[in-house]
Amino acid sequence: MADPLLSVKNLSRRFGGIVATDDLSLDVVRGELHAIIGPNGAGKTTLISQLTGQLQPNSGSIHFAGRDVTRLPAYRRSALGLARSFQITSLLKDFTAIDNVALAAQAHDGHSFRFWGNARKELHLRKAAMAAMERVGLGQRAESIVSELSHGEQRELELAVALASKPQMLVLDEPMAGLGVTESARMVKLLRELRREVTIVLVEHDMDAVFALADRITVLVYGRVIACDVPAAIRQNPEVRRAYLGDQQVVTHHG
Amino acid sequence: MTVMFNVRSVVWALVIVSLMLLPLYSSVSGNIFILTLFTRIVIFALAAVSLNLIMGYGGMMSFGHAAYLGIGGYAVGILAYEGIGSGFIQWPVALLASALFALVIGALSLRTRGVYFIMITLAFAQMAYYIASGMARYGGDDGLTIYKRSDFGGLINLSDRTQFYYVCLACLFGGIYLVWRIVNSRFGLVVQGVRSNEQRMEAIGFHANRYRLVCFVISGMMCGLAGALLATNTDFVSPSIMYWTRSGDLMVMVILGGIGSLFGPVIGTILFLVLEESLSQVTEFSGIIIGPLLLLIVLFARGGIDGWLGRLRRG
Repeated sequence: MADPLLSVKNLSRRFGGIVATDDLSLDVVRGELHAIIGPNGAGKTTLISQLTGQLQPNSGSIHFAGRDVTRLPAYRRSALGLARSFQITSLLKDFTAIDNVALAAQAHDGHSFRFWGNARKELHLRKAAMAAMERVGLGQRAESIVSELSHGEQRELELAVALASKPQMLVLDEPMAGLGVTESARMVKLLRELRREVTIVLVEHDMDAVFALADRITVLVYGRVIACDVPAAIRQNPEVRRAYLGDQQVVTHHG
Repeated sequence: MTVMFNVRSVVWALVIVSLMLLPLYSSVSGNIFILTLFTRIVIFALAAVSLNLIMGYGGMMSFGHAAYLGIGGYAVGILAYEGIGSGFIQWPVALLASALFALVIGALSLRTRGVYFIMITLAFAQMAYYIASGMARYGGDDGLTIYKRSDFGGLINLSDRTQFYYVCLACLFGGIYLVWRIVNSRFGLVVQGVRSNEQRMEAIGFHANRYRLVCFVISGMMCGLAGALLATNTDFVSPSIMYWTRSGDLMVMVILGGIGSLFGPVIGTILFLVLEESLSQVTEFSGIIIGPLLLLIVLFARGGIDGWLGRLRRG
């Protein structure tokens, strides 16, 4: 496998007696859409929090774009081109939608120790933000306060914020969580377009979406990788079926 | 464009014009007391504006802001005592000392959040208070009298009541203008973003604490300037200038007027000090009135008086 953009080796993270990430290794190749699935409590969010730096692993390593980022804080990884969205929408609720996105653009446009000029009048930041907003279909809602947006719009805004930083890799934590049928369909369509431009790691519970979008799927159970393969092979994998797909355990959205 | 016609802007225009014309009224009516009172108000308003920058916009609940009043005041007082009378030295030293103090305190206390941040800033301010009490050379508990006000080489005469008032007012307006520029700048948006959602800001690439710290230092310097003015105003500086209740007063001024509003702290300060002054003629327990008032504001008028004015449209 040539040139993995993201390479995780023997990653472990414990919370007290619970092993949330258990000797986990994973490669994500440049240009692919790599989905991570697993039953509730499999440690998916814990894993991606370690990928993007919100959480430190107990052991193991993470390389991104050829660099060891294991101990880098989140803001440094973001500067390297690793952007994430959050499972539970995490936006600046009292800001306008476009301010949220423009701040992401600003973060990657030199330092922000500028105390005098009006940042909202910096045209190139506004334009970059607007482009990202239109990319996700939120162009009309730019000036709305985030707390006034619908849940679906907030999910799309999460994506616009991540896009505005022009990342090399998008790590999306359940972008479809809580979305209705039509909203989900729109999100799938959007992700299908985005995957042509950027490498994506997608954590998602919506199996239809995952199998429709993913180049490869990694299946997590109790913090361990039990399978990593193309969708067709995952569908056939007996262990996966037993752990996850086959029996009608709750394959719904959680928290 | 409704901004142009709402009650709030009318009140603001009135307050600004009144503050500017106050010395005129004072000299025409011969009421010197009101000029003295309002000099004090204007100085405290500057301190409140500086606290509002970190508290309202930065979300940092500093309970030790009075420390900077003391540092600015003592910088001027000590230099004067040691025979360095030039304002061109005294005032930059006051600003620098406040900045340095803020840098150290900020670097340590910004590792914490919430209640711990409140407690640690309070603890540092109390340390400053006790250090000042222990400075025997500079009067210790009894404080230090400033016999000669800062000399600005004929440029301005701080001993002239009216001139000094206008210097204070210029500092206040300058402070408000600075805060206004800052909160709309790149830096200001980051600081407010961090207040709103720190994790998100880190995730999009901002080192939150670095921005917080710089904001903390700017605010400390502004308050240090207020301290220098305050000591000059009374020709005296003592540890009580930075006692913890003073930090509490500053917080009350900000919350009364409107936390996170540009002008709010000014009206909060006016209300607080005028109430305190007039109640002091009736009772020594002015808190009996101010306390419940604060309670009402917090319960029923979030955003303080300024927020309440903003909701009153004229028609």
